[in-house]
Amino acid sequence: MIGDYTFGEFTSILAMQGFAGLSLFSVFVLMALGLAIIFGQMGVINMAHGEFMILGAYVTYLCSHLVTTYVPVLFPVYFFAAMVLAFCASFSLGVLVEWALIRHLYRRPLDTLLATWGLSLILQQVYRSVFGAREVGVTLPDWMMGSVALTDMIEIPINGLFVMGLTILIAFGVYLMMARSTFGKQVRAVLQNRVMAGAVGINTKRVDRLTFGLGCGIAGIAGAAFTMIGSTGPTAGQLYIVDTFLVVVFGGAGSLIGTIASAFTISQAQSTMEFFMSGSMAKVLTLLTVVGILMLRPQGLFTLNIRR
Amino acid sequence: MKEDPSKNLMSVTRRSLLAGIAAIPLLSITGMPLLAADYPTATVNTTGLAVTDDTVKVGILHSVTGTMAISETGSVQAEKLAIEQINAMGGVLGRKIEFIQEDGASDWPTFAEKAKKLLVQDKAAAVFGCWTSASRKAVLPVFEQYNGMLYYPTFYEGLEESPNVIYTGQEATQQILAGIDWVVKEKGAKSFYLLGSDYIWPRTSNKIARKHIEKLGLEVVGEEYYPLGHTQFNSVINKIKLKKPDVIYAIVVGGSNVAFYKQLKAAGIDLAKEKPLLLTISVTEDEILGIGGENMAGAYAMMKYFQSLDNDNNKAFVEAFKKMWGDDIVIGDVTQAAYLGPWLWKAAVEKAGSFDIDKIKAASPGIELTTAPEGYVKIHENHHLWSKARVGHAQLDGQYKVVYETSELMEPDPFPEGYQ
Repeated sequence: MIGDYTFGEFTSILAMQGFAGLSLFSVFVLMALGLAIIFGQMGVINMAHGEFMILGAYVTYLCSHLVTTYVPVLFPVYFFAAMVLAFCASFSLGVLVEWALIRHLYRRPLDTLLATWGLSLILQQVYRSVFGAREVGVTLPDWMMGSVALTDMIEIPINGLFVMGLTILIAFGVYLMMARSTFGKQVRAVLQNRVMAGAVGINTKRVDRLTFGLGCGIAGIAGAAFTMIGSTGPTAGQLYIVDTFLVVVFGGAGSLIGTIASAFTISQAQSTMEFFMSGSMAKVLTLLTVVGILMLRPQGLFTLNIRR
Repeated sequence: MKEDPSKNLMSVTRRSLLAGIAAIPLLSITGMPLLAADYPTATVNTTGLAVTDDTVKVGILHSVTGTMAISETGSVQAEKLAIEQINAMGGVLGRKIEFIQEDGASDWPTFAEKAKKLLVQDKAAAVFGCWTSASRKAVLPVFEQYNGMLYYPTFYEGLEESPNVIYTGQEATQQILAGIDWVVKEKGAKSFYLLGSDYIWPRTSNKIARKHIEKLGLEVVGEEYYPLGHTQFNSVINKIKLKKPDVIYAIVVGGSNVAFYKQLKAAGIDLAKEKPLLLTISVTEDEILGIGGENMAGAYAMMKYFQSLDNDNNKAFVEAFKKMWGDDIVIGDVTQAAYLGPWLWKAAVEKAGSFDIDKIKAASPGIELTTAPEGYVKIHENHHLWSKARVGHAQLDGQYKVVYETSELMEPDPFPEGYQ
């Protein structure tokens, strides 16, 4: 007996809590990756990140709606197509926004903050006008909503597994692209020395545009995936934005590894504490810890040495 | 001992009031639309409200933008429907209602500002509006200072009573007590896990629930609050699994709702098996739209109104509502309560024979509405409504099936003794 629980109960709870922590971790990574790319590689604070996520969620909603109406046969697998479309939609909107708004503000970081915040308000109202103020229900295939029962006590949610798999896939993809591809090299070159990168023939404007689009596109995928665990409404993006910034800032802007490490730390801390105390207290303690560490180490957990 | 003269006075007014109430059915039997000519503007409007010989202006004050727009849209629709129906019947004292709609934008100071605008600048004869307690608390001083009339539709935590407000939703005891009694009696529940979003309404409601549960000699095995907008409930679901309560008593609101029910289902807790059973006071048909009927099916909700309510008033109401706002629309508890507002105001004006706020205040207690979709309601002296409490069982199609209703109207008790 441990506390009020038997040994069996205790181990199952440990396993399930471990899983809860891991699934929170993958959610954090998924939502923070896009922001980390934009913030870290371009120095742009994208306050409309949440709204790009919700764009992905709405695309998924549209897909589920269209598929159930016209081709119900494909319903069990529509979700994969929806994620690709969500990426395309958010990517295109991201490129458009970069062209129309962000590129004029590269030298004025505080103005991008305001501009993207304004953008987030505009997008929220657009969603409200188009889809209505009420939340929409995204119908998911049944196989995605169940759970795998390992023992009587241990049940692993399939949607949690799905998000986890997706996160690993995307994080790995981003890593490959940044570390191995020509595009990744160009992005890093522009980050390290914009003038020199331009001088050796890299089209820095194109790199900026694609980087921004990519960050938004990943946000779109995250939004599509989150229809499994959360709500889809005009302002639902706001639910994620605080945690997202927390993860990115704590991890150290500019470092993808830092983002992942910080997502891991915060998610584990939060889910462990949530188990031992009430949700609100757990949140308070998590935030206090983060603030404390950031006071000692303002640059975040990991930093890159960048020559400005 | 000398008798307190004020008591005597009181009983006299109460008696005349009762006589007034008794006269109402007689008036309505005649069924004649009241003519404006019989009620000259100078006599029915002595305080300078926006009343002319053929129109009267009222305000609608809800959030149509911002995060609360999700919830408040239904209330706006219901109020507009009621106003349209009243106008089709000839208006109030022969005057057509014209509404001025203001947007509180989910921001409490904005609510106060717009309320002031409606009362001071527009001279609105009545205002139908507010949804969250925070917005009501923000406008309350404005209504009391400028002497306006507010019809507030949401079920809320109680602990408030203002002469300038008619509360058309339930206060906490009307929603909670009967539901808990039902689950204890019918389902044999012995242990409860209380869960809520972290703000005043869930906390006060859970406090009342806990007192009641403990009075019945039963056990609360956990009580937890999560910040508004929280989206990760895996840890609390694990705790629930460990504590094995008979009932999860959930007051989660807003976007968190969707996350909670989806994750509950994904974690293998099938609500239809009722092990544990889930009882909520925060999920109406409106919220199920976002949650998805398949994720909610099997849960129980305590409300006073469900769209599926089987009576003639409600059938006519649902039909009219769908005709005005589209077939896909659903109607939740608060939407119905919002619909009552304009009707109760009309009844009060006609009983008082005047648009003056002070006369409406005095005339309101005792007003009854036999045409309410929820059945029959009556205004209590504390400006809340007598109404029935009902328990609904969530179905796959996102509707509730009514499985229980109290046989009597429940008395509103905004300041319950022994529950604070």
